[in-house]
Parts: sequence; structure tokens; C-alpha cells
Amino acid sequence: MKKIVVLAKQVPDTANVTGDAMKPDGTVNRAALPAIFNPEDLNALEMGLSIGEKLGFEVHVVTMGPPKAVEILKHSLYMGADNVWLISDRRFAAADTLATSYVLAEAVKKLGDVQLVLAGRQAIDGDTAQVGPQVAEKIDFNQVTYVTELKEVDVDHVVLERDGETRSETIRTGFPVLLTVTAEANTPRFPNAARMLQFFRAGLESDFDEESLKIARENGWVVPTWTLDDMGLDPERCGLSGSPTKVHKIKSITLKGTDLQLFNRDKTGIQEMVRNIVKDYVEVER
Amino acid sequence: MKTAVFVEKNPLTNRLRDVSMELAWKAHSLMNEHKGEVVGLFVGDRLPEDTEKLFQYGIDRLVQFTNPKLGHLHSIAFKHVLKAMIETEGPDFVLFGATHTGRDVAPLVASAMKTGLTADCTQLYVDDFKDSGKILYQVRPAFGGNILATIVTPEHRPIMSTVREGVMRLPEQGLDRKPDITTFKAKVQPEWIRSKFLSTVAKASPVNFQTASTIVSGGAGVGSRENFKLIFDLAHALGAEVGASRAAVDFGFVDKERQIGQTGSVVRPKLYIACGISGSVQHRAGMEDSAKIVAINTDPDAPIFGIAHMGIVGDMKEVIPTMIKYLKEEAE
Ligand SMILES: Cc1cc2nc3c(=O)[nH]c(=O)nc-3n(C[C@H](O)[C@H](O)[C@H](O)COP(=O)(O)OP(=O)(O)OC[C@H]3O[C@@H](n4cnc5c(N)ncnc54)[C@H](O)[C@@H]3O)c2cc1C
Ligand SMILES: Cc1cc2nc3c(=O)[nH]c(=O)nc-3n(C[C@H](O)[C@H](O)[C@H](O)COP(=O)(O)OP(=O)(O)OC[C@H]3O[C@@H](n4cnc5c(N)ncnc54)[C@H](O)[C@@H]3O)c2cc1C
Repeated sequence: MKKIVVLAKQVPDTANVTGDAMKPDGTVNRAALPAIFNPEDLNALEMGLSIGEKLGFEVHVVTMGPPKAVEILKHSLYMGADNVWLISDRRFAAADTLATSYVLAEAVKKLGDVQLVLAGRQAIDGDTAQVGPQVAEKIDFNQVTYVTELKEVDVDHVVLERDGETRSETIRTGFPVLLTVTAEANTPRFPNAARMLQFFRAGLESDFDEESLKIARENGWVVPTWTLDDMGLDPERCGLSGSPTKVHKIKSITLKGTDLQLFNRDKTGIQEMVRNIVKDYVEVER
Repeated sequence: MKTAVFVEKNPLTNRLRDVSMELAWKAHSLMNEHKGEVVGLFVGDRLPEDTEKLFQYGIDRLVQFTNPKLGHLHSIAFKHVLKAMIETEGPDFVLFGATHTGRDVAPLVASAMKTGLTADCTQLYVDDFKDSGKILYQVRPAFGGNILATIVTPEHRPIMSTVREGVMRLPEQGLDRKPDITTFKAKVQPEWIRSKFLSTVAKASPVNFQTASTIVSGGAGVGSRENFKLIFDLAHALGAEVGASRAAVDFGFVDKERQIGQTGSVVRPKLYIACGISGSVQHRAGMEDSAKIVAINTDPDAPIFGIAHMGIVGDMKEVIPTMIKYLKEEAE
């Protein structure tokens, strides 16, 4: 059956990052932070599910990450994904976008018969927005980035609106294609209660003992994991060794002090501040 | 040593985007110091009408490929042509604007050339790195703006980076130079064109932060779309542009085009007035280099006061009307 692949990443909730979250080698200590579904990947999944329903394509969610990332895969099952895949191997650690996109592209190839790949526009931790396009390049798919609306979809094409920054663009493209989806594109659905009941016990093979594994298998609760060897990947192109960029130094951002001049909030205070603004303003203008 | 700069234009006006000139000047400063050359790389339907400005801002030579089929962003075609240009020119560094075009195309080129690409750099400098000789040090915010990371690409060439508009500065005065333009030979293959652009619509009210000397911004503390009119009124009284925090945009007080910060515009006006804005790292990433910062906030502990030069602890709904009144008096 024809497939849609949604690329999803578990990310630390960057709204609450402390210095302890970084390891000395400059890589991220994800364990130290609450982990969430990358927000725009939920928009990608929503788009995938609605297209899947319309065209009868299977929706597969793929994530590369540590075992804990199975959480977002379970969430994907709750929302309605047909299949989910965890790609996990110690040798994938510290990958930059080139190495990440190599692994994800190989996963798409391994799934076979993929018509559409959907990624979030950007992950809120690495913030590069590079992984989507770099996957498209490796699997030779057309791409449309910054998708703000799915206007039309049929078995052989989609019509999309793209945020072209100075203008918005209405674009028609055939399959196969990779889209990077923005938060504006849709409102992700809530997890479905029946599916939550069906999958709340889902987990990795290692989460089950011998006894329960059999039952888990029968119920489709075992989330499959692919390692570097399962996928037959070149270790030289994965993780740190496959990454041309290296994090050389990390600095936490702190407030820089200024000489703050506070004015009263009464009329006199405000008038005084306005005078200062105008005076300064005239000075800098000159 | 050689640096290449991806040259981009605004398709609506057929004029250069500011970021291309900013990158040209940055590349010029870097190459001046290290006796290198700056080449511009342009791909599109026709050259921008103000192409000569590139040379004033430090491009030594422009390599251009124009084809009527490339009026729109056909990513795959751009990738192939740019890769061929880069292979011919052999630059050490390639800089792209972190625009919706640059961030679409640069990752494709980096992937095809199997080299590193560093996103959204805020500082670039050249220095020695171990046995790799001189490389580009690329400083960028990550982790939602909570950290500044210095990224290096020691063993691969070219070293590629993207930089957002407004981050690098333009000099007051450009150089006095003659254009030097060479035409690149390529053939657009039919399989490079896979999207059909059905229509394009110019975005309403283009906000002009780059030329604004004053910006008045409102945040969640403004409270409503109606109250946001006060921000526009104050801006009007100052002849300023209107900006916003992401929270104000998310609440629907103003359009997204006005967002300032890590995921909005980066601005550096002479005067920045933040009203009802707490001053999150993400917001500061877009405005903290403003020459003078004024904060109006009910919370004396709001982080915005940590970077402000002047401030009033108070309700913007009361402070702004009084400010407007006195501004009018001062103007007389
Ligand atoms: C401080 C710091 C700075 C960094 N700077 C750079 C840099 O400048 N250049 C660089 O190449 N790398 C950089 N990296 C590494 C980069 O964060 C990782 O490569 C990361 O795996 C992917 O990049 P991203 O988070 O930017 O994702 P983005 O490219 O922003 O992600 C876009 C979309 O791709 C998909 N996606 C991304 N990662 C995965 C995944 N693991 N599994 C499934 N889908 C995924 C999602 O749909 C996501 O929404 C940096 C890392 C750190 C810690
Ligand atoms: C990956 C990422 C990217 C982001 N990018 C951006 C970005 O580009 N730009 C951006 O701005 N944010 C960005 N954010 C969001 C950012 O973290 C903050 O949530 C946001 O900046 C808060 O906006 P605010 O200051 O308006 O709201 P709040 O933090 O809610 O602050 C409101 C302030 O108004 C004050 N206030 C309340 N009532 C009044 C009143 N009557 N008069 C005066 N003051 C009053 C309060 O004391 C408070 O300080 C990003 C976040 C993430 C995770």
C-alpha cells in the first residue's frame, strides 16, 4: 500500500532550559529536561492523517532518537497513525543535520512505496529547519517548505500554500514530494480515546517480559526499533563521525546589565521620560 | 581564500534583499582581513535592477545564471546550478541569507555536497583551528535562544552558513567599484522543475523594520487587539514602526509579520520601546542590540528591565496616552 511518512522528533521543552541541560562535550542532555512532541511535527502528523484518510494511504511515523522517544510514537498511535518506527542506536548520537537526514532518508527508502514525506518546519531545540530539505535531497523527492495550508489533495497531486516571506505562493506538485509544515497549517487533533485504550500499553520490545511480549505482539503493542545494523547503514555517515559540523563551544545566555533609569508612573515621571527620549532621539539622529 | 555569497532578490520589487548586501559586506570584511576574494552567486529569471549595489557592498565578482524558467523557487534547479557554481569557484565559505529561500536551498546544496551547514549564525569570524588551517567560526543561538553555540566545520569544504536579515550590519558608505559580472553556463533540465506555481499574492502591509529608526512593540501585557491600537498611536506619534512579541501575535493582537525575536525579525533601531513585554530570551534575541531600549511593564522584576536604559513600572494603558500627550507638546 502507498505510504505517507511523518518525521517526528522528541524535543526538550526549550522554554525551560537550564545550564545543567548541556553535557561538557556540548551535546544536549535530554534526560535533564521535560521532553515533548516537537510542536510543528504535530501539524505534520495532522496533515498526514487527513491526507491518509482521504487517499487511503498508510500513515507511518518515524523518529530517530533514544528509547524514550517512543513516547511521541505512542502519542502518534493515539492520534491515528497506522505504524510507528523508532530508529535508535548509540552510534546515531550527536548527529548534525547531514547525518540525521542520512538515517531518516534510509528509513524512508526501507519502508518503500512512499509517496509523501511530511516534516515539521523546524525543531525547537536544534532550530535549524534543515532536516526536511536534506531528507528530500537524499531520496530525490520534490520539496515544498514553509507550507501554511493544504488546499487540495488527490491521488496524483497536492495543492499547497507556501509562505514565501514577501508573498504567499500557491503551488501544485505531483508525488513523490516532501513538505515541511508550519504551525499555521492546521490544528492537530486530540488523541482519540478509543485508540488510547488500545495502545496505552504499547512500548519497546525491551519493555515487556517474555510472557507479556506474546500478548503485546498479538495486540500490536510492540513498537519496532531499527538499529544501524538492521538498516545496513554506513557507520561513517552516522552520528558524530558522519557530522561535518561540530559543536565547539556553548555559552548560556545571561542578562547583560544596563544602567536603567526608572521614572515614576505619574504625569511628571512620564513627562521627564518623554523629554529624555526626545533629547536622546535628537542626539542620535544627528 | 574565497567566500561565496548567495544573492537573493525580492521577487515583488526585483531589487536585492538587504540580507544579500549585509552578507556581501560581512564577506568583504572577512576576506579583506585574510586577503581573499568575494564572489556573488545569483540564480533567477533576471538580475535585480540594483545589482550594482552588490559591488559597493564588497562583492568582487558576480557569477550569474539567468533563465526565464527560474522566476520561482524551483528548489532542485537552484540546487543543481548553485552546486555547479560552487564546484567551479571552489570557495572556502558559502553564506546564504536565512530567508525562506535560503533555508530552502542551502540545506539541499549542503546535502548534495556532503558538507556542513550552520543555521542562523549571529557572528562569523575566521581563525585557525587545530591542523585544519583557517576556518570559519560560526556562532548561533540554539535551544530556543537559551544558549549560544559556536559551531565549526573543520574537515569539510565549503563551510556553509545561513544568517538572518538584519543580523549583519551595512556600512554607512559603500565602496566605489565597477560591476564585474560573469555568466555561468548551465542547462535547466526538465526534471529539475517539479512544482507548478499557480499564483502568488503579495503579503499585505510589508513591515519595514530595517529602515525604521524607532520601533514600538507590544506584548501579551497589552491585553487585547483593541488596546493594541495604543501601540499604533504611540508609534504614529514617534514616526515609528510597530513590532510585537510572539505572545501578542499568538493572541491575535497583530499580524505575524510584526513579530520580533528569534523566530521573527531581528531589529536594531536607535530606539526600541517595549510595552507589556516580559523580555524572554527569544524576544531579546531580536532586539537587544537596539541603541536605546525603553520598557513599560507592570512587573518591576520583568527581565526586560535588565536590558532597558529607561523604564516605567506601570500600566501601559495609562502610561501611553500620557506619553503621546507629552510627545505632542515636545514636538511644538
Ligand atoms: C547547540 C546546537 C546547535 C546545533 N547547530 C547545528 C547546525 O548549525 N547545523 C547542523 O547541521 N546541526 C546542528 N545541530 C545538530 C542538530 O540539532 C541535529 O542534527 C538534530 O538532530 C536535527 O536538527 P534540528 O533539531 O535542527 O531539526 P530541524 O531541521 O529543525 O527539524 C525539522 C524537522 O525534521 C524532522 N526531524 C528532525 N530531527 C528528527 C529526528 N531525529 N527524527 C525524526 N524527525 C526529525 C522533524 O519533522 C522536524 O520538525 C546543533 C545541535 C545543537 C545541540
Ligand atoms: C523556539 C521558540 C521561539 C520563540 N520565538 C519568539 C520570538 O521570535 N519572539 C518572541 O517575542 N517570543 C518568542 N518566543 C516566545 C517567548 O518564549 C515568550 O513566550 C514571549 O516572548 C512572551 O511574550 P510577552 O513578553 O509578550 O508575554 P509575557 O511573557 O506573558 O509577558 C507579558 C508582560 O506584560 C506585563 N504586563 C501585563 N499587563 C501589563 C500592563 N497592563 N501594562 C504593562 N505591562 C503589563 C507582564 O508583567 C509581563 O511581563 C519563542 C519561544 C520558543 C520556545
